[in-house]
Amino acid sequence: MARGKKMVDRVTELMDKPEQIRNIGIVAHIDHGKTTLSDNLLAGAGMISEELAGRQLFMDSDEEEQARGITIDASNVSMVHEYEGREYLINMIDTPGHVDFGGDVTRAMRAVDGAVVVVDAVEGTMPQTETVLRQALKEGVVPVLFVNKVDRLINELKVDEQEMQIRLGRVIDKVNKLIRGMNEEAYKAGWRLDAAQGTVAFGSALYNWAVSAPFMKTSGVSFKEVYEKCRAGEMKELAKRSPLSSVLLDMVVRHLPDPFDAQKRRIGVIWHGDRESPEGKAMYACDPNGPISMMVTDISFDPHAGEVATGRLFSGTIRRGAELYVMGAAQRANRIQQAGIFMGPTRIEVESLPAGNIAAVTGLKDAIVGSTVTSLREMTPFESLKHYSEPVMTVAVEAKNMKDLPKLVEVLRQVAKEDPTLAVTINEETGEHLIAGMGELHLEIITGRIKRDKGVEIVTSPPIVVYRETPAGKATAVEGKSPNRHNRFYIDIEPLDDEIVRMIREGEVSMNQPALERRDILVAAGMDKDEAKSVKDIYGTNMFIDMTKGIQYLNETMELILEGVHEALAGGPLADEKVQNTKMRLVDVKLHEDAIHRGPAQVIPASRSAVKAGLLIADDSLLEPMQKISITVPTDQMGAATSQVQGRRGQVFDITSEGDTVTVVGKAPVAELFGFAGDIRSATEGRAMWSTEFAGFEIVPSSMIKDVVMAIRKRKGLKEQLPRPEDYLA
Amino acid sequence: MEAAWKKPVTVLSRAGVENRPDEVLAAAREGTAVLLVPGDPMVSTTHVDLRLRASRLGIETRIVHGASIATAAAGLAGLQNYRFGPATSLPFPHGNWRPTSPVAVIGENLSRGLHTLVYLDIQPGRFMLIPDALDLLGTTAASLGQEIPLYVGCSRVGSPDPVVAAGDAARLRAVEFGGPLHVLIVPGDLHVMEREHLEAFAGL
Ligand SMILES: Nc1nc2c(ncn2[C@@H]2O[C@H](COP(=O)(O)OP(=O)(O)OP(=O)(O)O)[C@@H](O)[C@H]2O)c(=O)[nH]1
Ligand SMILES: [Mg+2]
Repeated sequence: MARGKKMVDRVTELMDKPEQIRNIGIVAHIDHGKTTLSDNLLAGAGMISEELAGRQLFMDSDEEEQARGITIDASNVSMVHEYEGREYLINMIDTPGHVDFGGDVTRAMRAVDGAVVVVDAVEGTMPQTETVLRQALKEGVVPVLFVNKVDRLINELKVDEQEMQIRLGRVIDKVNKLIRGMNEEAYKAGWRLDAAQGTVAFGSALYNWAVSAPFMKTSGVSFKEVYEKCRAGEMKELAKRSPLSSVLLDMVVRHLPDPFDAQKRRIGVIWHGDRESPEGKAMYACDPNGPISMMVTDISFDPHAGEVATGRLFSGTIRRGAELYVMGAAQRANRIQQAGIFMGPTRIEVESLPAGNIAAVTGLKDAIVGSTVTSLREMTPFESLKHYSEPVMTVAVEAKNMKDLPKLVEVLRQVAKEDPTLAVTINEETGEHLIAGMGELHLEIITGRIKRDKGVEIVTSPPIVVYRETPAGKATAVEGKSPNRHNRFYIDIEPLDDEIVRMIREGEVSMNQPALERRDILVAAGMDKDEAKSVKDIYGTNMFIDMTKGIQYLNETMELILEGVHEALAGGPLADEKVQNTKMRLVDVKLHEDAIHRGPAQVIPASRSAVKAGLLIADDSLLEPMQKISITVPTDQMGAATSQVQGRRGQVFDITSEGDTVTVVGKAPVAELFGFAGDIRSATEGRAMWSTEFAGFEIVPSSMIKDVVMAIRKRKGLKEQLPRPEDYLA
Repeated sequence: MEAAWKKPVTVLSRAGVENRPDEVLAAAREGTAVLLVPGDPMVSTTHVDLRLRASRLGIETRIVHGASIATAAAGLAGLQNYRFGPATSLPFPHGNWRPTSPVAVIGENLSRGLHTLVYLDIQPGRFMLIPDALDLLGTTAASLGQEIPLYVGCSRVGSPDPVVAAGDAARLRAVEFGGPLHVLIVPGDLHVMEREHLEAFAGL
């Protein structure tokens, strides 16, 4: 019907019709074939040429991606697909599979409504399959499954047809088990994957064919035929009769929700504002005439257009010249210079861009990845992106040449804006800045790009482990005094309940919630009612509660008290590392009558000292990051694999065997894992397949703690002695 | 001063006196030390703390009273000392911190017909001047649904070239007050003598 029309017109026409839009992400464990699939979908839909797709991985266009053979940055593309006589605009994000870049998956899942989960038929579900699936479900994103590399099953493992079907069935069962375990409700409500229903497809992204039950009915291609053609190396024909893009995109259109449908369900999950407010109503309805609300999920740099902010537009219509506000930034209007969407792999400018699309705009000077952008002056921000992993490694960087000092600071600010999983600490006094990231590869890529793309020569320290501090015990009514001694704050400190920490992490409890709702959730989780209604602040996984009553001027001083508290939590007393899982109760306050005498210079140091001293009294302990490791090796290499874990202060907690391979699962401290890649390779003659995953922070063994603390203090130029509460209680 | 008294003089910052009172106390323990401050010493909070510390250490103290800005500014404006309510101070905003209590104090005094002396913030290297103070008071008052009809601005009180001027915010913005220090008074109901004095000396 729309054949012959120019692609631009087809795309811009469709973007106004939410029921004909699908926003999807491609997610999987590393190397399971996401980019090969994405390339071939683009080519199949006629957005790029066949030659460009596939083998050379068009979408992994960065030199570094090409050289390493992995995806580093998520990329946004779109394509038009016809299904049952109607055209659809499919906005798609290909995500990286390497754990170090998992932040890209987290962000992409905010922008989309559906996900194609890709699983390698030979490897089966892997640790990252589980993680990306969890991330999707948490964001209310509906999954469908593509079991990829079926050709390998047939041609490399040489399984027979029956065995093939059994193996494919096993993959589906495994993924269903994961979905059920993560969200039983959704599972029962129809999110269970079912090949007969058409929510599962099988095929080969590389050889460009796929099958699904509904498509088999119309094409007449049977499993038997697939098996035989594959065996006989006649995959070209298979690709013609049962093309990958038709099968996959049919599945996407048929089974993944459109923005109308999705937003009704998703807004309540990702936004905790008042649903009866103008912006609330508009977002639930995906209304192009309501106020603009957009969440920025990606910022990239374009040599022509400058900084491009990409994200999901949940309501309103963006036009060039629109004045938008970025929540949490300076309250000034940001003027949209270009509004664009994707056509194939390129960004095209459009006159107006309505709700329900993935928007790419320029002019949002104040936005960072994760920002809420709106035409209103005030709006409850979207829930912040909660990445399952935290920065565990830091490098120090310095400009090689004096003249680059200011430029490096600027570049680092940009880098922090673009990648929220990094923690960048800028120190203009010493010129030695810190970048903390997900792992060695993450930091290598980031520092490499500072040199390559931004042209700043830098000197980089070897990576250092990031630690945390947390109270192991309790402290009561610790007094923090202001320099003039007229203001005093009395604070209790103790560990925050595990369940509440979990709820903060998962975004179930947040300061964006209406106070009453938060109180009820906390009470249901077992918190004392008086405490639950007096929560004043949540910072990281720490909670500050005001238990005082009727103290004059306390309200207008709270902001300063919290600033001091934040300073203490950003760098604990033991080793100046971040503090986590702490409950602070403000139990009494004495304030000076006059505002200046209880101003910033007085109050901030007072509350800071109370928390720091309190932490030391409450037995402040050091935590180190742990990594879960899973290693698959031939059975005779099992000993080598387990000793690689155990030899690194690690522990093995599971060994499973399948055929002639075993999988060893365990965990070890990040501090002991430097050089693991090389060691495991030589210990197993290069035959180990392994992956790691963040496994939280654990207490540093008491026999080591003093040495570790002193080493950190020395490195940071702090006094080389263990701190005492008195140091903060002058 | 060192030349006139033949004694060593150490210059202390506010932070120095607050954070390291031991220096002053040590000097006082060894002999007789004088802590020289502008204004009337016991108006400042930190000196009360210093005197308490001294007494705990058995150090004898004596106060030599000076003229306070509180009486000097009132005098310059010709407002009667008896008709002032509690004074307040106006701090520089810090992030989102903009306390409303200074305006509340002014409001309470006004409702009782009393004058308010408003001290303006002093930060290292930064002095709040009358125009800044007028902006801050104006917006804060507006946010509370209040209005401040009349001000008296004074600069460099106690120096040979003080400036004093009365009027609404617009009029005071047009006055050239010159360099710091500045201070504001929000007058309450004016007694006839007070009004005459403001007319004669402050351009009311
Ligand atoms: N035999 C076979 N190989 C495939 C298939 N799909 C992908 N591959 C190969 O698997 C490797 C990884 O493919 P990619 O598409 O880069 O995988 P990815 O999931 O995008 O990888 P990351 O983005 O790094 O996580 C490449 O060598 C592909 O050629 C397939 O269906 N059959
Ligand atoms: Mg890829």
